[in-house]
Amino acid sequence: MSARDDILGRIDRIAPPRDAAGIAASYAAIDRSYLRRHHEDGILDLFAERVADYRAGVRRVTSGELPGAVAAALAARPGTHAVPGGLPAAWLADADPVLLTRDPAVADLDGLAGAVTGCAAAIAETGTIVLDHGPGQGPRALSLVPDYHLIVVTAEQVAADVPEALERLDPRRPLTFVSGPSATSDIELSRVEGVHGPRTLEVLLVS
Amino acid sequence: MPAFPEAARRAVADTRLRHNLAHATGTIRGRREAAVAELDDWQALREAGRQIKDHVLADLGHYLRLLEERVTEAGGTVHWARDAAEANRIVADLVKATGETEVVKVKSMATQEIGLNEALAEEGITAYETDLAELIVQLGHDRPSHILVPAIHRNRADIRDIFRREMPDAPAGLSDSPAELAEAARRHLRAKFLSAKVAVSGVNFAVADTGTLVVLESEGNGRMCLTLPETLISVMGVEKLVPSWRDLEVFLQTLPRSSTAERMNPYTSTWTGISPGDGPRDFHLVLLDNGRTATLADEVGRQALRCIRCSACLNVCPVYSRAGGHAYGSPYPGPIGAILSPQIRGIGSPVDASLPYASSLCGACFEACPVAIDIPEVLVHLRARAVESSRKHPMERAVMGIAGWTLRSPARLGMAQRAASASRWVVGRGGRIRRLPGPLKAWTDTRDAPAPPRESFRAWWARTDGGRNEEGGK
Repeated sequence: MSARDDILGRIDRIAPPRDAAGIAASYAAIDRSYLRRHHEDGILDLFAERVADYRAGVRRVTSGELPGAVAAALAARPGTHAVPGGLPAAWLADADPVLLTRDPAVADLDGLAGAVTGCAAAIAETGTIVLDHGPGQGPRALSLVPDYHLIVVTAEQVAADVPEALERLDPRRPLTFVSGPSATSDIELSRVEGVHGPRTLEVLLVS
Repeated sequence: MPAFPEAARRAVADTRLRHNLAHATGTIRGRREAAVAELDDWQALREAGRQIKDHVLADLGHYLRLLEERVTEAGGTVHWARDAAEANRIVADLVKATGETEVVKVKSMATQEIGLNEALAEEGITAYETDLAELIVQLGHDRPSHILVPAIHRNRADIRDIFRREMPDAPAGLSDSPAELAEAARRHLRAKFLSAKVAVSGVNFAVADTGTLVVLESEGNGRMCLTLPETLISVMGVEKLVPSWRDLEVFLQTLPRSSTAERMNPYTSTWTGISPGDGPRDFHLVLLDNGRTATLADEVGRQALRCIRCSACLNVCPVYSRAGGHAYGSPYPGPIGAILSPQIRGIGSPVDASLPYASSLCGACFEACPVAIDIPEVLVHLRARAVESSRKHPMERAVMGIAGWTLRSPARLGMAQRAASASRWVVGRGGRIRRLPGPLKAWTDTRDAPAPPRESFRAWWARTDGGRNEEGGK
């Protein structure tokens, strides 16, 4: 007998399979009296405050100020920055094109100074930003290997809480939930930013 | 592997270990309480988590078949393993098929449980742990002692010494500052990440109706392993399922706050099969039984399969915080280990038979558990099983037999109580019995017992007419 049939056979003897309607009714009966959101007002302020709690940099800008803020953030870090091909051109209008490399090969990422991406959603309660690696965010490696990650978050992308954010996401896409820079607490529980992922995370919140 | 009392006695005598543990568990405990207190619906989240996991266990066959179907549709390959040997064989064969002899690893309880690194080594394959704590454990030729912070028993000076001794590219003059040590690990592993062709991971959650796998981590080593290599092999226990994507809304709130006391861990990665142009080209999921269906068969004990490996129960446990993780003789230490290990391995060995007793039954673990596993209830249940199944405790069985015989007869009980009062010669200072003689010694090894009263209740009642004549007989 195959391992699959053996294991499923054992399970079926212990917990005999119910019909689909029975399973659906049992699932629907799960008590979900927890809150859909923990905060009603001040969602953007809360998001900025919670991101900063992770020792990430946060700046609130208008859409008019965004290109200047992106350019200034990149100029402050010497070197070349990775940019996904689908990043809105307007965001980079003020940046020095010499300092940008579009859709670099994974093999070339290690030498780069940083990466600029958009995101798919954000969560105010936990200070989390979610990337679904669509055209404005690049493949997962792009925002992982370089030591600096600049993320642009727009106001309407910010969900109040975890349940609301998950509803906005497509699980069939690869997703990366980012809450602050790479960190470890493995040595005497002292928090150290930056082990394997980007050591510095900066967020521009556009509203 | 020694039984718990023996191993714990050695650990408790190690003052440096006790100091490191007390500092670490005390710190996490305080932070966790604050993180949990932020959510005023915590008990509702905990109850929902409990019900989602119980629902999955009640329909486990259905959800496993669904997961298999969805992962396959998304371009992954599903394998089934009855036990550790079968799982290790599958992984080793998958690695060999790539022609590689090295793999990078994300920290994973399931692969520790099956001893994957050792099994791969026997096949000539080197597994590199990439989580900082696991790297410290691996370079120190040591064993993990905590689910979440496996090197909790090491302080910064220990870690510097291990790196200087075992890490060939450790910088000269490496100090013991955590930032410098983390930087050394970053440099040491970077080349491995960029050149590795095969990665092995565990799984925190698997979403049955989308075929999505989820890994939570902090350092970015998880993201590196899950996305840079060409082949990804993930090993998960058959109980790690949730029915739907929306169910993660519960666990993404309760797991980080319970384990690292953060609102959210720095990185959570989810993936569904393969995504062309991004991440591995080949994805394999190994579904591991290894004692889990036997655990499912036990109606009281099966609640251990709700565990989401947050380790909150370790940090609140008075026994763990003194004895440390190694004393439990299993990758799963602490209260959850005391109920999980004897169930998935069986109660046959001395260490597994002793684990249900590695607890004071104070109940702190149950209070801390984000999926409300009644660990004390399972411990008591397993103690009964250990006594029933054991031929090695003739004294305990004889004592229990005599107790039953005595309690069945008022005359015999009275006689026994008079005998007990007469035994006050063993009483030490403060009216406590510090050490009983002979075969009863084990009971007083770890506790002082109250002395029997000078007079039994029944004798007092007869003498004083139920308290109406307190001076009666004098």
